[in-house]
Amino acid sequence: MRTALVDRAIDVSALIAETGDVSCGATSVFLGCVRDVNDGRPVTGIEYSAYRTMAERELSSIAREADARFGVSRLVVEHRLGPLALGDVSVAIVAAHPHRAPALDATRYVIEQLKRRVPIWKLEHYVDGTREWVGAAAQTPTEASHP
Amino acid sequence: MTVTVLLFASYADALGTSAIELDVPAGSTIRDVLGTLSSLPGGDRLPPRPLVAVNEMYAPADTELRGGEEVAVIPPVAGG
Repeated sequence: MRTALVDRAIDVSALIAETGDVSCGATSVFLGCVRDVNDGRPVTGIEYSAYRTMAERELSSIAREADARFGVSRLVVEHRLGPLALGDVSVAIVAAHPHRAPALDATRYVIEQLKRRVPIWKLEHYVDGTREWVGAAAQTPTEASHP
Repeated sequence: MTVTVLLFASYADALGTSAIELDVPAGSTIRDVLGTLSSLPGGDRLPPRPLVAVNEMYAPADTELRGGEEVAVIPPVAGG
């Protein structure tokens, strides 16, 4: 099991090779990628930042929980930070297991928990030159009144 | 006593800094620290009850501080 925040492109093939084993009949791969539109606004790129030490700790906890729940110890999670372009992989979760159900369940668990708990933020850059922290407007009264 | 407040993303933009050393009375809670923060320039742009982590663990607002902690005010997370 391995989790990491990285400042370079994620090599998905390397992660699949890392988790692979002849005992594993199933490998589940989840990739999060930078999308070209958010809430109807055309996006040109996203800058990811984190509370790095806590994010590493939370990611590691989530992977251990996935192992405890689904028995998936052949699990690798990488989340990229810094400026990303459209289509770039921002997060990769690879889980290998003798059978498909635990592998699929583990990847789903990790991405759902990651989105809920891991202190990572994205600053979206839009085609019109503006930029905005994703999710910030909804919970900050002052910003919400100036959408 | 002194605590180190860390700010990130939209909250760092609001306060214009990513770290503040705050001197607060002994026995202060997270809520007290948030109250002090809200009185700083830009502090009114923080929500009334943001998520907070003490020494990298999420903690409720009534958590009492001992001094020396790293108190991180966590904006809505958006990883993935």
